[in-house]
Amino acid sequence: MRVLETGNHFVALAVRSAGVEVVPAYPITPQTQVIEKIADLIAEGEMEAEYIPVESEHSACAALISASLTGVRAFSATASHGLVYMHEMLHYAAGIRVPVVMANINRALGPGWNIWCDHQDAISQRDTGWLQVFVSSHQEIVDTVIQAFLVTENRDVLLPMMVNLDAFVLSHTYMDAEVPSPEEVKRYLPPYRPRWRLDTRLPVTHGSVVYPVDFSETRESMKEGQENAREIIREAAKGYEEMFGRWHGDLVEEYRVEDARHLILAMGSAAAECRVAVDSLREEGHSVGLLRVRFFRPFPVEEIRRLCQDRDDLLVMDRNYSYGLSGALYSEVKGVLYGRTNIPVRNLIMGLGGRDVTHQLIERMAVKAWKGELDDITWADSHSTKSHEITKEMLGRFEEMLD
Amino acid sequence: MVSFKSLPEEELFLAGSTACQGCPASLALRIAFKALGSNTILLVVASCTSVLQGSYPHSAINLPLMNAAFATGGATASGVVAGIKALVKRGELEEEPTVLMWAGDGGTYDIGIQALSGAAERETDFIYVCYNNEMYSNTGTQRSGATPIGAWTTTTPGGKVQHRKDIAQIMIAHRIPYVATASLAYPLDFYQKMLKAREIRGTKYIELLAPCPPGWKFPSSKMIEVSRMAVQCGMWLLYEHEDGENRFTGATKRMIEGKVKKKPVVDYLEVQGRFKQVLASPEGKEAERMLEEDVSESIRRLHGWVPEYI
Repeated sequence: MRVLETGNHFVALAVRSAGVEVVPAYPITPQTQVIEKIADLIAEGEMEAEYIPVESEHSACAALISASLTGVRAFSATASHGLVYMHEMLHYAAGIRVPVVMANINRALGPGWNIWCDHQDAISQRDTGWLQVFVSSHQEIVDTVIQAFLVTENRDVLLPMMVNLDAFVLSHTYMDAEVPSPEEVKRYLPPYRPRWRLDTRLPVTHGSVVYPVDFSETRESMKEGQENAREIIREAAKGYEEMFGRWHGDLVEEYRVEDARHLILAMGSAAAECRVAVDSLREEGHSVGLLRVRFFRPFPVEEIRRLCQDRDDLLVMDRNYSYGLSGALYSEVKGVLYGRTNIPVRNLIMGLGGRDVTHQLIERMAVKAWKGELDDITWADSHSTKSHEITKEMLGRFEEMLD
Repeated sequence: MVSFKSLPEEELFLAGSTACQGCPASLALRIAFKALGSNTILLVVASCTSVLQGSYPHSAINLPLMNAAFATGGATASGVVAGIKALVKRGELEEEPTVLMWAGDGGTYDIGIQALSGAAERETDFIYVCYNNEMYSNTGTQRSGATPIGAWTTTTPGGKVQHRKDIAQIMIAHRIPYVATASLAYPLDFYQKMLKAREIRGTKYIELLAPCPPGWKFPSSKMIEVSRMAVQCGMWLLYEHEDGENRFTGATKRMIEGKVKKKPVVDYLEVQGRFKQVLASPEGKEAERMLEEDVSESIRRLHGWVPEYI
């Protein structure tokens, strides 16, 4: 079925096609349309699922975990403050090994209050054990949500997955995309068969006290799940392409990288803008390609090592910042390349709190980087505004009060 | 009428528990399991019960059990109940299991009140049992919203200066179909309340006073005795709330009806080390008076007035 919809509604339609049975959720801008659409689909009898209107995101994630533990397919959606409010439960979901899927509509964190796009919310959940994928188009939203269940429910993975899509750029814009029907998806994604569950026929205790003598192994098995996920993500993407004819990459997506001297690395919708930048830089004679990092966890270690060898330099775009160090993708990329190559890696911080990421700015910054005119880390679109001037004036008055 | 002899013989609380001696939560679980039977899913929020069930890979509890995070009691139950509904729709479950959420007073009065309130407002079909030991016993006896005025805890070294909350009243305000209190000194009363809760659709809230020997500082052999004294002095009132009506039960009913005399609160305070300091202080009499007033206020709230003989 080909439809014209918002990114958020595409999440809901994909969730329906995936045969999700329980959806606990709490509204937050810009995620609201996802859960409104799901509530509508259920009310109209177009989707068979239990919707739990919880009273907070912390509870949304708690109910997501416990519903999944009864042996059903469960999904939720959130954004920004909602995601970080869930932080404890994100660890819980991964630790108790439930294969749930959640859409996160990437939004900045306040204060100052800001409902627009950046990746600070997702990046700050890096170490929770969740698989994290960043998508860059409406079609990719649909296809990734469906693939997510196949990956998480695989018995060699059994870790939750967060499908990240950019606030407004993807969540609220309308595009047309293909949505496979529930019947079609069934052929790709078999019904969920839990490896363990809360079952009165086999009473088992889940999440009990684990002493130091046994604890490390439970964490190592989560590590194995993430490691195993790499191959399973690749197979899920391949299988999807075979059945539905669409490919968005697996752990990464390559764009004009083959002969490129320079590589740009980026995640999310900004990476789609990078594609435009690569085309126009190529037209100007620059040898450049784009490596779109889809999966932030598991991190595409091999792909980055393989594809970043023998280039002149790398330019890593981050729509987030790890305070006291650098952009998050930048530090991960440098980490996996350490000791394997000496090429310069530079970091562009841009697009925070919904500031528009334009291909013109990317092109300008890229050329500067190649000329050696950029520092290791550059806040590419930061500049003082009239508002900041007014604030400085107020600060001056506070100083006067102190005198 | 239920008698001890008529209780089911099947034990779902097995050997191997790692509870303290005289632990009220363990005994309460044993009675609750007898009332609910094996077609029950047990959910436990972080509390002494997370620890006393035994440690990986052993468990003393022969029910499907999920340990949940501290603040999540109500929400965790909502998720399980929704999952059960989905399984019924699929035709995979013939008989719906009872969902029992088991939490302490910290997980109920304080960190978990939001999730509990949400679950009750959503009319989640489950039984919520709060075993109230009036402090954070598991972390080493810190004050909670359930700690009564005057009580020593490690975070109220001079005795608590605020009143405890009345959370059962908060639950009644949610207009849920069943709210009850219970005491281990009256196990059949607790058992019958659990049986009743099992048969009612919607959110059921049962709160059990759980005198904690190491936390309250009394010998573990006196746990039942202290439980009984709490009821006899009115510091713990036994009642049910159903169909908009409050109904006193058991020993409390007899006390309200004037058939047995209410005992002074101070008798109950004196058997516990946690009130020793405040009773010996210049404010001792005032604390005693405030706790007696607390009893009167609780009776007034449930009954409308306090009979003159109390």
